[in-house]
Formats: sequence, structure tokens, C-alpha cells
Amino acid sequence: MTGADRDAAGTGVAAPAVSFARVSKAFGGVRALSDVSFEVLPGEVHCIAGENGSGKSTLIKIITGVYQPDPGAEMSYFGRRVDSVTPAVARGLGINVIWQDLALFPQMTVAENIAFGDILGSRPRLVHRRQMRAKAERVLDRLGVSLDLDARLNTLSIAERQIVAICRTLVGDARLVFMDEPTASLTHSETQSLLAIVRKLSADGVSIVFVSHRLAEVLAISSRVTVLRDGRKVGVYDTEGMTQSRLTELMTGKTFDAEVISGDRSAERAVLEVSGLCRAGEYEDIDLTIRAGEVVGLTGLIGAGRTELGLSLFGMTRPERGAVRLNGEPVSFRSNRDAIAAGVAYVSEDRLTLGLVQPQSIADNVVLPVLGKIVNGLDLISTGKKNDLVSRWIRELNVKVGRPEDPVSTLSGGNQQRIVLAKWLATEPKLLILDSPTVGVDVGARAGLFAIVRQLAAEGLAILLISDEVPEVYFNADRIIHMAGGRFIASYDPRALSLAAVEKAVYA
Amino acid sequence: MRRLLTSTEGRLTIVLVIVCAILALASDQFLTLANFSNLLAASAVNLIFAVGLVVVLIAGGIDISFAVAASVVQYLTVFALQAVGGGNWAFGFFFAGIIGIGLGAINAALIYYFRIISIVVTIATFNAFFGLLMFFTGGKYIYDLPDWWTHRIVFFEVKTPSGWAELTLPGAVMIVAALATWVLINRTTTGRQLYAYGDNPEGARREGISVGAMTFIAFCWMGMMAGIAGLMQVNFVKEVVPNALLGRELDVLAAVVLGGARLGGGRGSVLGCVLGVLLVAIIQNGLNLLGVSPYAFKMVVGAFILFAISTSNISFRNLLGGAAGGRRA
Repeated sequence: MTGADRDAAGTGVAAPAVSFARVSKAFGGVRALSDVSFEVLPGEVHCIAGENGSGKSTLIKIITGVYQPDPGAEMSYFGRRVDSVTPAVARGLGINVIWQDLALFPQMTVAENIAFGDILGSRPRLVHRRQMRAKAERVLDRLGVSLDLDARLNTLSIAERQIVAICRTLVGDARLVFMDEPTASLTHSETQSLLAIVRKLSADGVSIVFVSHRLAEVLAISSRVTVLRDGRKVGVYDTEGMTQSRLTELMTGKTFDAEVISGDRSAERAVLEVSGLCRAGEYEDIDLTIRAGEVVGLTGLIGAGRTELGLSLFGMTRPERGAVRLNGEPVSFRSNRDAIAAGVAYVSEDRLTLGLVQPQSIADNVVLPVLGKIVNGLDLISTGKKNDLVSRWIRELNVKVGRPEDPVSTLSGGNQQRIVLAKWLATEPKLLILDSPTVGVDVGARAGLFAIVRQLAAEGLAILLISDEVPEVYFNADRIIHMAGGRFIASYDPRALSLAAVEKAVYA
Repeated sequence: MRRLLTSTEGRLTIVLVIVCAILALASDQFLTLANFSNLLAASAVNLIFAVGLVVVLIAGGIDISFAVAASVVQYLTVFALQAVGGGNWAFGFFFAGIIGIGLGAINAALIYYFRIISIVVTIATFNAFFGLLMFFTGGKYIYDLPDWWTHRIVFFEVKTPSGWAELTLPGAVMIVAALATWVLINRTTTGRQLYAYGDNPEGARREGISVGAMTFIAFCWMGMMAGIAGLMQVNFVKEVVPNALLGRELDVLAAVVLGGARLGGGRGSVLGCVLGVLLVAIIQNGLNLLGVSPYAFKMVVGAFILFAISTSNISFRNLLGGAAGGRRA
């Protein structure tokens, strides 16, 4: 840190990296932000928390110069007052954003992605590969990470790509980095190594502003959190002593009582019975019974084989050994069509690419797996039957849609997830497999989603809830199965153990 | 070594070596210097087209119109040369290059200013160029060309037992075109921007890469190469025929895709173009030497493309896995 960063008054306290006051922004008649103040200290890890639509991204875009605030805002960067900012000016000041979709170049090498600034500019120059590699290497060294500089980016995991994106900002001497949902698609262990890098940067004097829906991470990594709700600042809080439920309350203005709902369903009829299921390299010796009305939580770390097991139960892959019985009948699925016909539904973890046909209408998405059920006597699709089905599920799941004809892509994350659910519930399944259903979904929307899951269970559906977030299974499942290395290694009863004890066992 | 097996260029080299070995065993004329110099001369025009097209593919576009554009360039160059009283090679390259760039710029302008995807634009200009050419020339051939244009220029020759092996002007121009393209796409910032733009257009735009500049550079480079290829084709066949190059666009596209260029953008190399064009030419040459019907040729090329694409499926799966399966747990 240089002397210029120090407060001019000589108090010895460094000037804030950014200090914004009275920031308002209206789009047309809609107020996205009203009179918000925001401050990040040098080297601080700060978090902006808020539900979708609370104004988080508008605030980030104002700070990074993408939007201009309405008149009256006071902005200063590193102690210097600034009247207006453009993206180029912000970048020149060392303000960088890593967007959720990363904006990396999958076919290009790691070195080129990191030292990307070297190939920019409208005047053609020769490329200095060695110099680019050296730059990339220096930044990787600074973070203590090793990556193959010549590997194509698309051969890297999502977590490694995050690191590449961070490195790119550091090449440009970033002093404040915004990270938009950086861990949304990372597993627990990948998240831990990303957070370790964030701590290292912070120790280097780089300020980090996190936007994340995962409150546990927010609390673990940041020292202060600014909470926004409906475009207004609720307050700035130290994370020390803050709890997840208190933060949720601040974000939503409502109270959610996270309480164990676990019950004993051992007297119910078994819907799914699996014994000795094996698939080499994925899972081994799986014995599992799920009863009517039971929610079984399946958790574990990366590579545990949770998704792989789910895919086999849904007929996407074939087990090599073992037996599966559904409602007492032995079944062997040749494809997921067989599984759907037998009453298995699977909500994939990757809702955006695998779960929905984004450009198609809400209605078309809902009826997709049940086209056979809505045909008329001539085997053509009956509009009446289709509309009945769609309106029934939209009502039952309380989806906020404009019109069923609108494209799915116009819905929020939480509502999209409900459409995926609606789509599969329309198949009238007996077993519902939910794979990481809350990735990218708001806290408020999560509560609504799980209320639906409980309602479905109460109606007698057997549910397998796959998640790497222990609290999610702890509060929403009747019992928790811990998977590691392709095997079931332990089973926990939420009524008998504390959340902390289960988290310790799974994450240890 | 692993890169040799995993990259498209590496696999293609192996296939090329195997094909050459088989043909060398089957025909004693195949593995001779004279035959290779013939092959090179016959491939020159296609390879000049190919290195132009690969730049468009790298930038995420496609061009169907370049072969008929080259015919248009030939006619316009003839008129331009008449206007300057015959001209010489310098005039020839200048006119062919400039007119080619102009036709490429028409494609780029339609794509950029009207936001139409390149395949639609170039199918339209393919028809427009060819229609205008046939309409205004009445389909007439031109034999009355300046002497310098049709004169064979030999840079280097050796006598071998199986005939003369030589490097003629089209071969030399082909080498220069390939080297120039290699420098552009591998060694200049502009070239790397073309890759980045083809790979992730939105990401490139956010980083401040000019979409307009990328579109114009790619299509004008293609246009320039098409013009030069047209010029060389006249030198090779010594006449200007309006439909001589019609259909060439698909042969070249096939060779370039065989060489590892991705229709989605962001991928492709000069080496891949060379190998793709050579493989197609060698198969044709080999089948000729073996006395196989020319009709079998397209069938074999089709089979090779299917084979090449399906064996590169492994990397294709990685690509999908990277996007969708990155978080398997």
C-alpha cells in the first residue's frame, strides 16, 4: 500500500477503497436503489446480501461505472472524490468485477485467459507469448496455485476457471474485486480453496466484495455485511456474532423458523427399495429404502457419487449389479423413459441447461414430459387439456408467472425451479429425486420451495433430496445419509444430533 | 506426444501418413517427387481459399460465397487490367486483392450493420454474385488474357526419373498466403482477438474487443484470399470461366473442417488447413492413380469427414462435460 492510500488527515487509517453515499437509481419509474450508502475498507472482505431484486447488482454496476447514479450521489475511490465513472475509469482505479458467467474464453489457453489484457487494443501488435506466460505465472504464484498454463480452459473444472478469472483481475493490479456468486457452482471443498484464496488476497490489501446466496459462506468469509432489501439499505453489520437466521430475517424482513421436521416413517409402505447396487467407479453396495411420505437427505463431498446414484435410479445409467424395486415390483430401467413411465422424476442440479428449455414458453416446458397425456382422440395435442394441466400446476406450486405463454427465461431463479418441479410433478411420480434444488435460488424462495417439498411428502410422495449443503438436508429431511467414495458411510437422525455435529461429520 | 494424439492436427497427420503409406504400396507412381509437385500445384488454389476461410471460421462465422466471389474477381480484374492497358503481376495482385476485399466487406457490412447471421448473408451473396456474374457476362468464357497472367512461372525445378518436379507461381503464392495467415492468427493481437471473439462473443465484447472490426477483418481477409486464389486459378487453367469455381466452397469448407476448425468459432489453424486440403487432394490423387472412378472420390471424402468428426468425439465429450458436468458429486 502506498502513502497516497492513507487518509489525508493523517489519522493513520487507510482511506476506504470505495465510499458511496446517497446513491439512488431509477429505471423509468422503478426505483432500483434509494439513498444507499456503501463503504469497503482496504483489504476488507465485505459482503452484499439481499434477495434477487434488492438492488445488489445495480449497486455493483454503479460502483464499476456501468450505470450512472441519479444526481446527488457522492462517490469516492481510495479517498478521492469522483464525479462520474465509466467502466474504463473504474478499471483504471483497480476496480474489477468477476461476473457469474465468468466471461472467459474456453478454447484459449490458461495463460491467454489470464494475461488477456495483452492482446487487447485496436492497433495490431505482435503477441509476446513468453511475456504473457510470465505474467500469468507470476499471478498464479502470488496465489500459490499451480495450473497448466498451456491447457485449454475448457479442460479445467469450474473451480479452476474461477481461479483463472480471479487471476485475470490481478494481472490488471486489482485493488477491489467484486465476485458475483463465485461459489454457486462449486462443491464444498472447491469453495474452501476459493475462500482460502480470497483470504490471501485480503491479507495482500486487496478488498473483496462478495455477493452470495450461501449465507454460511458469507458469514465465514466476510468481516462485514451490507444488507439490502427492496433497493434500500437495511444496515451494515459485523459478521462476528451474526447468525444465518438473523441475516435471513434482515434480508427478507420475515422470520423463518428453521426447525427439524424429521419424523419416523418406518411404518409406511416402501416405495423404493435398493439392495447391493453397484456401478464401478461411481457407487458401491448401495442399500436404500425410501418410504411413502419420507424425505431422505443424501449428502457428502465432491466425488461421493451422489449424482451418479441419482442418475442410475432415474435410468440414465445402468447399475452393474444389485436390485431396484419400485412399489414392491422389481424394475430395471433401460432408459429414463422407462423410469418416467414407472413413476420416477428427477430434478437436475443444473436447472438452467438441463432442466428447462429456456426459450420455450412456461406452458410448453411444463407439459414436455407428459405430452402423451394431453393428446386428443387423433393423437394430436389438445390445447384444452394442455391449459388445464398447466394452470393446475402453476396454481398448486404458487408460481408467479405473467402468462403461461411467456418464455421460461423471463422467470426468476426460484420460479424457474418451481416450473421444473411442476414439469416433473405433472408426470405424477411416486419417487421424486431432487438434485441440489436450491443452487442459485434466493433464501426466501428456498423456504417456499421446501414448503412445497414437505407438502408433497405429506401427500405420500417418496423424496430423495441430494445436496452438499448440510443445513438443507438437516432441516428438510427425515433422515440423512452420508455418502463418501461411492458408499453410504453413515446415517444421521436430525432429531438425535445437532446441526453442528452433522456438519462436522460431513465436512471433516 | 500426448498432444500429437489428442489434437486434431496430430491425429490428421497420423491419418495422412497411413493413407500415404497405403497409396505408396498400391501405386509405384504415388511416392515420387514429381507426383508431389503436381499435387501441390493442384492444391494451391484450394489452400489459398482455405486459409482465408479458416479466419472466418475462427471468428465464429461462415462464408459460402467466396468461390463465386473469386470468379467475380476474375472478371472484374480482366476489365480493370484492360482499363490500365494490360498491366503486370503487381497490377494483377493489386486489383484481385482490392476487389476481393471489397466483396468481403459487402458480406461483413451486411452481417454487422443488419445483424444477420453469416450463413444467411453469404448464401444470399453467393446467389447474388453468381447471378450477377452470369447475367452480365452471359456465361461467356474469356481466353484473351494478358500473356503475363497465363505464363507459367517456375521458381525451382529438378528432373527426376518420374518427370519434372517444380515449384510454380501458384505454389509459391500458396506458401506466402499460408505464412501470412499463420502470422496473423498466431502472432498478432488482432488474430488472438479473432479467436477470443469467435470463442465467446459476449465476453470479448465486454473486454472491449470491437465486434465490427472483427467481422470486417475476418471477411476482408477471406475476400483478399479469394481474390488471390482467383488470380492463381487463372494462371493455372489459362482461361476465365464463370462457373469454374462453383461448388468449390463446399470442398474447401470440408477440408477446413477436416483440419479441426470448429463451426462454432474459436478453433482452427493453418496447419489444420494444410493437412485437410492435402488429405483431400491425396485421396483424390491416389484414387486417380489406382484407376478408381472419380465418382467414388466424394464418397470417400465424405467417409473421411465422418470418421474424423466421430473420432474427435472424445474431446467433444470433454467440452460438454466441462459445461454441464463440472459439478458432479
